[in-house]
Amino acid sequence: MITIIDSGLGNLGSIQNMLKRIGEDSIISSNPEIIQEAAKIILPGVGKFDAGIMGLKERNLIPVLNRKVLDEQTPILGICLGMQLFMNGSDEGKEEGLRWINGYVHKFPSAVGIKIPHMGWNSVHIQATNPLTEELPLPAKFYFVHSYYVSAEENDIFLTTQYGIAFVSGIHHKNIYGVQFHPEKSHKYGMKLLNNFAKLRV
Amino acid sequence: MLENRVIPCLQLLGTNLVKTVKFGKYGYIGDPMNTCRIFNELEVDEMVLLDIRATVSHKTPDFKLLERLASECFMPLAYGGGIRSADDARRLFCIGFEKVIINSALFDNIELVSQIAEIYGAQSIIASVDVRKDLFGKYKVYSNSGQKKEKVELFDWLQCLESAGVGEILLTNILTEGTWKGFDLELVKSVSERLSVPLVVHGGAGRKEDVENAVNIGGASAVGLGNMVVYQQKDMGVLVNYHHNYSFQHK
Repeated sequence: MITIIDSGLGNLGSIQNMLKRIGEDSIISSNPEIIQEAAKIILPGVGKFDAGIMGLKERNLIPVLNRKVLDEQTPILGICLGMQLFMNGSDEGKEEGLRWINGYVHKFPSAVGIKIPHMGWNSVHIQATNPLTEELPLPAKFYFVHSYYVSAEENDIFLTTQYGIAFVSGIHHKNIYGVQFHPEKSHKYGMKLLNNFAKLRV
Repeated sequence: MLENRVIPCLQLLGTNLVKTVKFGKYGYIGDPMNTCRIFNELEVDEMVLLDIRATVSHKTPDFKLLERLASECFMPLAYGGGIRSADDARRLFCIGFEKVIINSALFDNIELVSQIAEIYGAQSIIASVDVRKDLFGKYKVYSNSGQKKEKVELFDWLQCLESAGVGEILLTNILTEGTWKGFDLELVKSVSERLSVPLVVHGGAGRKEDVENAVNIGGASAVGLGNMVVYQQKDMGVLVNYHHNYSFQHK
């Protein structure tokens, strides 16, 4: 059972649709008591950094998420903005991030021929293997839509992608996983990655 | 490397899929559920669904049908037709769409862009711009499924949309739509050069070269396909199909 955090943002329906397709039960919740019982957590998110943090604050979800992720080591997957919220902060807003992973969220530098947002299918380069990269169809490509990207410490990077610059498209630190792309919208590639997360041993 | 997207653009008329020619007469394509399932199997880059009568018949999007369609699609999905409020957009995002496509409502209320972008981000809004060449060879902007000519100049309007904060432009050429004749590359080029957001061109592709030229010569980020993905060939029967073998020159 995977608990999908509803912070008022993001494409929750499509994540649940894909989990259903791979035969994994999930619930969507913004209730701290239900989230406290989660075996695994997905934090989705589409939109602005501050709106994402405020969405968690307004629902009083930060204490329970800190407890689950940092104290109980519950596996969590952040998707797109969800992953960005794991960092210390962002160029996009004023709010402090969750600070689970050391790093920051930057705006893409504008350059000739580089349109922002970075939108579409792009390949990922595996920098370090972990359970999520197992049996990923290669070359792996995923659907991205974002204007900001994260920087993180070398040891916490497992996927990178090229768009004008090489940027971090996947982070992993202990029980914490984050991807910049949308696995729920990335056909068999995303399905495999989500399946790998669903099969992680707790 | 970011890939240029090739996007089936499907037209809903009630609960059927159709394919129009120059926004006018149309042929029946089939059941949207089956068609979407096939496009999902074919692993299309992205999919656009357009309800071509919602706005002109003052209807809201058919959320029930769209929810069923979204549950079968594991690729990015955009919907346009009859969206008039931020709440319409919110409902579409909830049921599994990542982008909303808006045309007519923006002429009454350009603030709608910022209202949606503030919460869901610019990438979630595609402004659809329908254009039609007049007798003097000048492109005019149309709304309401091609039925209403707007007073605004094309390039002024594009700039206005970009300033308002849309994430993408879907440009459809009314007089080539459904004709298999290819794109007006001069138009595509002149628009793409002025935009900093991605441009999706739609309306007219009939051959593989048309799709490639729109990107390689025209500078489009993505190409929307109608006839080519729902018909076997020109003047032949319905065949849902999709190819991944385009040669795009990466810049």
